[in-house]
Amino acid sequence: MNVFFLSVGLILCILVLLVLYRVVFGPGVYNRIAAISAVGTKTLIILLIMGYLYDRVDMFIDISMVYAFLNFIGCVAAAKYLESEKWMP
Amino acid sequence: MIIFTVLSVIFIVGGLFFFTTATIGLLRFPDFYTRLHATGKGDTLAVFLSLIGIAIYEGITLTGLKILLIALFMFLAQPTATHAISRAGIRSGYKHWTRKDGTK
Repeated sequence: MNVFFLSVGLILCILVLLVLYRVVFGPGVYNRIAAISAVGTKTLIILLIMGYLYDRVDMFIDISMVYAFLNFIGCVAAAKYLESEKWMP
Repeated sequence: MIIFTVLSVIFIVGGLFFFTTATIGLLRFPDFYTRLHATGKGDTLAVFLSLIGIAIYEGITLTGLKILLIALFMFLAQPTATHAISRAGIRSGYKHWTRKDGTK
């Protein structure tokens, strides 16, 4: 079961690398925010899988819970800020 | 007991599948709004499936309950964030992609 979790975590890391392309080369600000929120949801699952690999699930559960909340608040705050500015991509 | 492990593997592999489709959608779609289609829906479903799979593997414990709490929260929060971002794009005049120009 550990090997399965390890492979799922590695595949998710590869997916994060693919999404990072959009973060770096995204034509505008908005593509970057969408990509960062995508990275955020993937790292949530990677954190949980790391919890199982290190056998400290209780600690990693709280870390991933805080990460989920912060990711959401970050996206909404960035959207709120960009709404007022006249950003052109 | 083996049925729970098999069930959680099925859920996690399903979540992984939707993660890949969301990533492909994020990379290949022509415009910001279409990319949000992929990441908004694809990631929400992928996180939900993966968390349900891990919760099944965890069993009926406090930790499993916390995982379900995260799954419920992400199921509510991710669409809200996607809506907020797309509304910010519309409010600040980000033109959506049309077949004629085909740029962006």
